[in-house]
Amino acid sequence: MSATVACVECAAEIELTEDIEVGEIIVCPDCGVDLEVTGLEPAAVELAPMEQEDWGE
Amino acid sequence: MIRASIVGASGYAGGELLRILLDHPQVQVAQATSRAHLGEYVYQVHPNLRKRTQLKFSDPAALEPVEALFLALPHGQAQHNIEAYAALAGKIVDLSADFRLRDPEAYRQWYGQPHAAPNWLSKFVYGLPELHRRELAAADYVSGVGCNATAANLALLPLVQADLIAVGSPVIVEIKVGSAESGADGNPGSHHPERANVIRTFSAFGHRHTAEVIQELGLRDVTLTMTSVDLVRGVLATAHAIVKPGVALKDLWQAYRPLAAENPFLRVVREQRGIYRVPEPKILAGSNYADLGFDLDESSGHVVSMCAIDNLMKGAAGTAVQCLNLMLGLDEMTGLGFAGLHPI
Repeated sequence: MSATVACVECAAEIELTEDIEVGEIIVCPDCGVDLEVTGLEPAAVELAPMEQEDWGE
Repeated sequence: MIRASIVGASGYAGGELLRILLDHPQVQVAQATSRAHLGEYVYQVHPNLRKRTQLKFSDPAALEPVEALFLALPHGQAQHNIEAYAALAGKIVDLSADFRLRDPEAYRQWYGQPHAAPNWLSKFVYGLPELHRRELAAADYVSGVGCNATAANLALLPLVQADLIAVGSPVIVEIKVGSAESGADGNPGSHHPERANVIRTFSAFGHRHTAEVIQELGLRDVTLTMTSVDLVRGVLATAHAIVKPGVALKDLWQAYRPLAAENPFLRVVREQRGIYRVPEPKILAGSNYADLGFDLDESSGHVVSMCAIDNLMKGAAGTAVQCLNLMLGLDEMTGLGFAGLHPI
């Protein structure tokens, strides 16, 4: 049975795939931040650094 | 099939009603009236409808009974003939401002004259499904919505519904608007050399649509400031307020996310990648979606909430058809599936 974690940015509930590994980067489906998987038992994620860019100025 | 007619079909909102209803699987357009264009093919005024219909504009005096009537007349006209319209159709959606306000005194205050049919005001439901879905399902008479009011109301709805705005905080909504808002009839300000390339704040305070925000959201200290920008279609409302102490970004997510889940035309746009990270009206042209975005300075409690819409769709004809769908017991998205264009 797959585990779920809460996004640290927006609190969305994210279901982890069964083959997920520590260190993988996943994307929150609601707010779009990158999250690094930091643990599996229990499942845990942290914000992963995202590249900043000028996107429209 | 439901037979529906459009009174005042030569304006921009009337044209959008025709475009939507010609593809609506449950509605057939019976008549489209226009005094100024009587006898002309509707595509001669709305050229995007060429080869889609052979309908001609008919005389408003020759309106026939139908199941549903859309009134797309200039403000101030429908209230003088509402009894006659009600005798012709069991369901009426009036896109003008005539039946939006519940209080006759508020109408006099904001529109500068007494209402001609004040006893009809309480018979109308304010036509924004995101606020009145249940009442609309049982309604026979529904008002339209102000386009700027809709952008402001939807920008503020998540904050108001979750009771996140600090007591006593003023709410300021800066609204950028396209030229189609001013309607199909020209005026000196809409003359192309004067209107093109503008960023013109034409109403700092007191815009009439403020009354709809006060009425629908119960906000007392709210200001709408209107700025014309170089768009044809589109409204972007950017609302500023102070949130209650302790409110964090996650609380905003918990306010916006369920609202978007419950309302098929509301979308949260708060992306971390790509170009379209915040709501932008231009990709909404022709669609009935309203895109919501937000941000919060957690140190000061200053929240910014945004809503982008197409003023002729979610701000007028699209919402009107959404209302009729609800009034008829249909799926509210029927006929309104167009997703907009990209790039545009």
